[in-house]
Amino acid sequence: MKTITLRKVLTISLLLSLLLIVIILLSVTMGSVKIPPLRSIRILLQSVLGLTGAGNETERTIILSLRLPRAILAGFVGAGLSVSGATFQALLRNPLADPYILGVSSGAAVGAILAILLGLGTFSFGLPLASFVGAFLTILVVFYFGRQDGKIHPNTLLLAGVIIGSFLSALIMFFLSVSQREELHTIIFWLMGDFSFSNARAILIISPYILSGVFLLYLRSRQLNLILSGEENAVQLGVDVEKLKLISYLSASLITAASVSVCGLIGFVGLIIPHSVRLIFGPDHRLLIPSAALLGASFLVASDTFARTLLAPVELPVGVVTAAFGGPFFIYLLRTRKAVKTL
Amino acid sequence: MIEVNSISFRYHNDWVLQDISFRVEKGEFVGVIGPNGSGKTTLLKTLYRLLTPQKGEILLELVPVKKIDRADIAKRIAVVAQETQLLFPFSVLETVLMGRSPYLGHLTFESKEDLEISKKAMEWTKILPFYERPMDELSGGERKRVFIARALAQQPEVMLLDEPTANLDIHHQIDFLDLILTLNRERGLTIVMASHDMNIASEFCDRLILLQRGRIYKMGSPGEVITKENIEKVYGCEVWVDQNPISGMPRISLLKKGGH
Repeated sequence: MKTITLRKVLTISLLLSLLLIVIILLSVTMGSVKIPPLRSIRILLQSVLGLTGAGNETERTIILSLRLPRAILAGFVGAGLSVSGATFQALLRNPLADPYILGVSSGAAVGAILAILLGLGTFSFGLPLASFVGAFLTILVVFYFGRQDGKIHPNTLLLAGVIIGSFLSALIMFFLSVSQREELHTIIFWLMGDFSFSNARAILIISPYILSGVFLLYLRSRQLNLILSGEENAVQLGVDVEKLKLISYLSASLITAASVSVCGLIGFVGLIIPHSVRLIFGPDHRLLIPSAALLGASFLVASDTFARTLLAPVELPVGVVTAAFGGPFFIYLLRTRKAVKTL
Repeated sequence: MIEVNSISFRYHNDWVLQDISFRVEKGEFVGVIGPNGSGKTTLLKTLYRLLTPQKGEILLELVPVKKIDRADIAKRIAVVAQETQLLFPFSVLETVLMGRSPYLGHLTFESKEDLEISKKAMEWTKILPFYERPMDELSGGERKRVFIARALAQQPEVMLLDEPTANLDIHHQIDFLDLILTLNRERGLTIVMASHDMNIASEFCDRLILLQRGRIYKMGSPGEVITKENIEKVYGCEVWVDQNPISGMPRISLLKKGGH
């Protein structure tokens, strides 16, 4: 009888980590400035060892200060959004849930747009901070309205989130309609997801949120399995569901807030990756969470690489790529579901 | 084993249970019957602390349920409820293994021992042959068996059954109840079953609790509880009560209104 074992989780995680590393390496070698792949990798390896022999100054800057941080940041965001999406699907028991379903994204967008309109957008610090504050306030407001008698009710939470999200969307529309042309371009790119502001500092700022959030959720992964069949079901099996819901909601929301604050709204990742992983590996969160994190990271790094190279030197918003590739791929998985299941 | 001391429970302002007291002894098979909305399901939910009564208290082996950790309750009381949601369907084996959950810490995986216990539970319930099938491809009767197996994997002292035979045809009803009866008689498992089907309750239970609008109307052996008078009073409709010719237990027949 085959069951999920630690060994299986570690093996799959290791394989998916290798895939992620390969994709990050490929991503670093690609771009509008042509740097031969071997030289790119030499530059990378030497920087790890503290040497500076390979390539010239410009090439080193492009690889080490532009492409590598951007790939790593995309990796963190892809992992975060995928785990957050999987969590919201379990918490709300709704397969259509994604990281943005409870309005966090709209809150972040209002913050970001205000920052852009107030001219803070030129600073690499002000924009993410403003959008994080917007997202965080939204999390608190939705949480406040999503509770009754001190308990989280998934349906109330969902309604509160969707309605507050709609209200914030109205604000976004309002700001868009009064914006100047050049601001509009920045705002629209932000709304479709954009990694062009990436830098190493952004990684340092968001990685603690994403890593600790994913870790907290992973600790609860077995309990998330139980709540999939309903809260009463989880209580019957000994779960303190109020604690579980609180931790899942806050962790998944903070992961989303941190991700969105550095790169805007990247759609589809948080919806498609968890479902794809379920189709391939099954619904057990002990395997789902690490696999979704690693596959989500790979997917977003790859998507962002396409976004910046497809029409280089013009950059596409990465959200366009995730939707364009993710949608058809997901349909394909759905169609071949039976075949996938027997793997 | 279980001692319920004058509990009352309300959702918001309406009292759903009022001043309920009874005891369930170890190894007993107790049935809870009563009309829709009489509080059967709510009563079961208070026993495993899904709901906490505002008045009175419930003791499990002399310890207030309120003071027992949720996981410890789940090690002692297993619940087979009405249908659960199947959002992302797990396999039969995965579902049964979930019964080991109260014994596992965060981020742990089921051990060989957990697997053995679950395997035995699946043998008992005769679901081993299709342990790999996903839950959404099973029939209602098969699914019931899986949840019984999951409950057995919890290695409980008490099993609470809420309308276990709803949606089952008579063949599956008898299969199911025979299994429960065997567990009760051979393993000393204490059973509390809420049921709409008074004939089933009469045949299988040692003792019955008849609820009427949140209060106990009558408690005792099936012969004492299922009488024409009690049933007509509580349900407000005419019935005929005689004896099952084979078992000698009370048997209810429904009567058309004014047709006789």
